[in-house]
Amino acid sequence: MKAFLRDRKVRDIFWQVLASVALVAVVVFFVKNASDNMVKAGIASGFNFLWRDSGIEVPFNLTGYKPSDTIWALLWTGIVNTLLVSVASVFLATVVGFTVGLMRLSRNWLLSTLAAVYIEFVRNIPLLFFVLFWYFGVLAALPTPKESFDFLGLIFLNRRGLSIPTPNDVSGFHLALLAVLVLVVVQIVLARWARARQARTGQDFPVWVVGFVLCGALPLMLFVWAGALTSWDLPILRGFNYRGGFVLVPEFVALFMALSTYTAGFIAEVVRGGIQSVRQGQLDAARALGLTPGRVVRLVVIPQAMPVIIPPITSQYLNLIKNSSFGAAIAYPEIVAVFMGSALVATGQAIEIIAITLGIYLTIGIAVSIFMNWYNARHKLVTR
Amino acid sequence: MKFIALAAAAVFVAGTAQAQQLAPSATLDAIKARGHIECGVHLGLPGFSFANDKGEWTGLDVDYCKSLAAAVLGDSTKVKFTPTSVQQRWAVLQSGQVDLLSRNTTITFSRNATLGVNFQGINFYEGQTFVVRTKAKVAAVKDLADATICVAAGSTEEKMAADWFRERNLKVTIINFQKNDDAISAYDQGRCDAYTAGIGALAGQRIKFKDPAEHQILTEIISNDPQGPVTRWGDERWQLVVRWVLNAQIAAEALGVTSKNVDEMKAKSQSAEVRRLLGVEGKFGGMMGLSDDWAYNLIKQVGNYGESYERTVGMGSALKLARGANALWTKGGLLFTPPFQ
Repeated sequence: MKAFLRDRKVRDIFWQVLASVALVAVVVFFVKNASDNMVKAGIASGFNFLWRDSGIEVPFNLTGYKPSDTIWALLWTGIVNTLLVSVASVFLATVVGFTVGLMRLSRNWLLSTLAAVYIEFVRNIPLLFFVLFWYFGVLAALPTPKESFDFLGLIFLNRRGLSIPTPNDVSGFHLALLAVLVLVVVQIVLARWARARQARTGQDFPVWVVGFVLCGALPLMLFVWAGALTSWDLPILRGFNYRGGFVLVPEFVALFMALSTYTAGFIAEVVRGGIQSVRQGQLDAARALGLTPGRVVRLVVIPQAMPVIIPPITSQYLNLIKNSSFGAAIAYPEIVAVFMGSALVATGQAIEIIAITLGIYLTIGIAVSIFMNWYNARHKLVTR
Repeated sequence: MKFIALAAAAVFVAGTAQAQQLAPSATLDAIKARGHIECGVHLGLPGFSFANDKGEWTGLDVDYCKSLAAAVLGDSTKVKFTPTSVQQRWAVLQSGQVDLLSRNTTITFSRNATLGVNFQGINFYEGQTFVVRTKAKVAAVKDLADATICVAAGSTEEKMAADWFRERNLKVTIINFQKNDDAISAYDQGRCDAYTAGIGALAGQRIKFKDPAEHQILTEIISNDPQGPVTRWGDERWQLVVRWVLNAQIAAEALGVTSKNVDEMKAKSQSAEVRRLLGVEGKFGGMMGLSDDWAYNLIKQVGNYGESYERTVGMGSALKLARGANALWTKGGLLFTPPFQ
């Protein structure tokens, strides 16, 4: 018996179980206490409100949401808008961040100074200021609807956003998209076959030319064909505004620009740190082997810098996703604005709504972390 | 046996006659202990609750809280104002951070039924309308079809505007901002064709535009938004005080008692209701656990409802709102108080 108690494994399990039980007990206690007090104070609780009619207008949504839908549909619209602006901003922030980071390391004085000024400027300004600056900057730069910038009479840009035509019947586009997917798969198989053949026989195959036709020209033709088949919903000036088509609202553009330019400043520093962590000897050796400067960066520097860059860049991505909540300040209908703003005040169920929002951010964040860790593990430097 | 029961009843009656037994009131006890009232007001709405350049709060809703302080503590300056946003207000009240809300909050069924709050009367009948640019040539609300409208998220105006246009099959785009001020500045920047709020609120907010003369407030009203002080559920005696301080403001106007003539009225008035209101007869204050000169104090220090209205939103203010629905019921308005009997 004594030996059993002294067993390290047994003791570890014992303490872990005890800690978990205590944690669960504390959570249960607080939840029960809160709900008892809410009942006493006459405050409604529970999750039934999710199936109530929302009655809230969302000016920018990709989910087809209407005010007569439920609050659950409103929440989903908010999630989609959060993800949309986050994904778009992560993409641009990465591109700009890498560019500025490399500029910062350039031997060209002008390039590196410009990059340094940009980084210091961005990193030392509060994000809220940045978001409002972009928002009112975007609004001030654009004309009123009656004086819109007009592109071929089809696309209109003004203070109310960018109005673009949309097809009334999208089935042609679905077919075209499917065809493009098939073409891409064909291209990948072809490239593999060509490489294998080259390794075996030394015969070359014009993969790039075929790829251009298969993945560039053919899809373009397919989309033009699909577009010609359907009628279009064109933006038309009616009364105050352009109606019809799809409107990309200035709130989206402002938040997208603010998030990506802001996060790019941080990513630039991460990239610089990663590249500088590659030892000089590696560069010298690569040059001594006669590699061109481009190949030195691509084959020697980047693969060794990536494991250093990816973990901090993951935190920057997570920050960006969380920072998308600043959209609430400029009426971009993301989850905090529509759910923790409009829906919370309409229903008054603060605890449930905040818990749900918390859960959603947590889920998105953990999913991003898992993906980035997987990516990092896959691209880890194989050392022998 | 009968005699004992009778004697017991007599002792009980004598006991209660000597000192009226009051229901316990945690809120009143807390206010008396800390020496001031915690009043939740609007973030900044000229005419209703607005901190001037000296940091002093003024406005109709602020005056109500000052009256409450005068009635409860005998001094109208013993109020601490907590500015609350549209989103914060319920949590601030429910958590007990403030003793009441007095902040342009519309009385609605679902708020009363699900938020654990009670509405204690109406101190302002608000109606929703729109402000537009004069050059847009809008005469009626229906002319706003296809317009973009800025609004504060979570307000009754947000839902009301959405419902109003939907019921009439008119398409509008509604942009929801978290704060009134953000919605106003976005409208001012040209993001929207109109900004919507209550007509009283708009009269005050108009001052915030870059060029107020370029804008026009529509006279058409699309809703009925009665507003007044709000308390938590529970503590009925505190709710009683909040309700009857508002009634006292209105009764004072109806009975012709003003801050200027209140001393004279107290000394000379023959009207039984005036005498009861001012504590000469009836000991009404004591029944609520306040001093008997509670209403005298609030009229003397803050004034009756009419005086407060004229000073904050009426002709004596920058807003120049006519009394309209907010006149006494005897003068064609909706303002009413049950009798002080």
